[in-house]
Amino acid sequence: MDIKVNVREAPGDCYVVDLSGEIDVYTSPKVKDAIGELIDRGVYFLVINLEKVRYIDSTGLGVLIGGLKRVREHGGSVNLVCTNPQIKKIFDITGLVKIFGIFESEDAAMKALV
Amino acid sequence: MNPAVEHSHKELVELRIPSRPEWVALARLAAATVANRLRFPIEEIEDVKLAVAEACTAVIQHDGHGEFIDVTCEALSDLLRIRVRDSGRHGVARAQAPNMNFDEARIAGLGVFLIRTLMDEVSYDVSPQGTDLLMVKRLTGATDH
Repeated sequence: MDIKVNVREAPGDCYVVDLSGEIDVYTSPKVKDAIGELIDRGVYFLVINLEKVRYIDSTGLGVLIGGLKRVREHGGSVNLVCTNPQIKKIFDITGLVKIFGIFESEDAAMKALV
Repeated sequence: MNPAVEHSHKELVELRIPSRPEWVALARLAAATVANRLRFPIEEIEDVKLAVAEACTAVIQHDGHGEFIDVTCEALSDLLRIRVRDSGRHGVARAQAPNMNFDEARIAGLGVFLIRTLMDEVSYDVSPQGTDLLMVKRLTGATDH
């Protein structure tokens, strides 16, 4: 069980965070650190790509919510890319679909960042 | 992990893990394996995995004093009964509150909200020895996979 985190710069002062693997109570601190590092550097527009995430629990959701709160304090935004039905279901039943922009493709998520 | 114990009508898997984050994956794997034996649909196996993980996570996050978590999975003919017991004084119960709405759940913990949403029955018992969380998932439709 592991999580891989890859951060890359995208056009327009935006960064993409690619996540791959499982996000749980053990691995979520690694995700939190990666997102926190970007925000500390003044990056407030993020696309977090969850396409290769096989599993996420409440601690993973908490990390994403925490990141969103922080960037919003600076007028920023976080959009998610999510195509896994099981992962989308978690966002649905927790109501988080209402606070995150969730998109089927990275391109759509990037374009929707305001 | 003890080997599965065969009974005439059920299988029982008992697992004791250290109360630490790195062991939660093993608990959810065990629960998923038992759910798979019962031929739960894949989506419901994922529900079971998440519920067990959330229960273990609640123990770890809300009770740093317990040494271990006991996870018991009973596969009956048409349902899966899972008990998660901790050796601490607060454990799962501290994150539990009856009749939570979503806003309350966001404060007390998304994990508890997920457990209640994903499982068919959820109850718990608190004693000086720890918390005993009981979750049931019913098999609603057999599928081949």
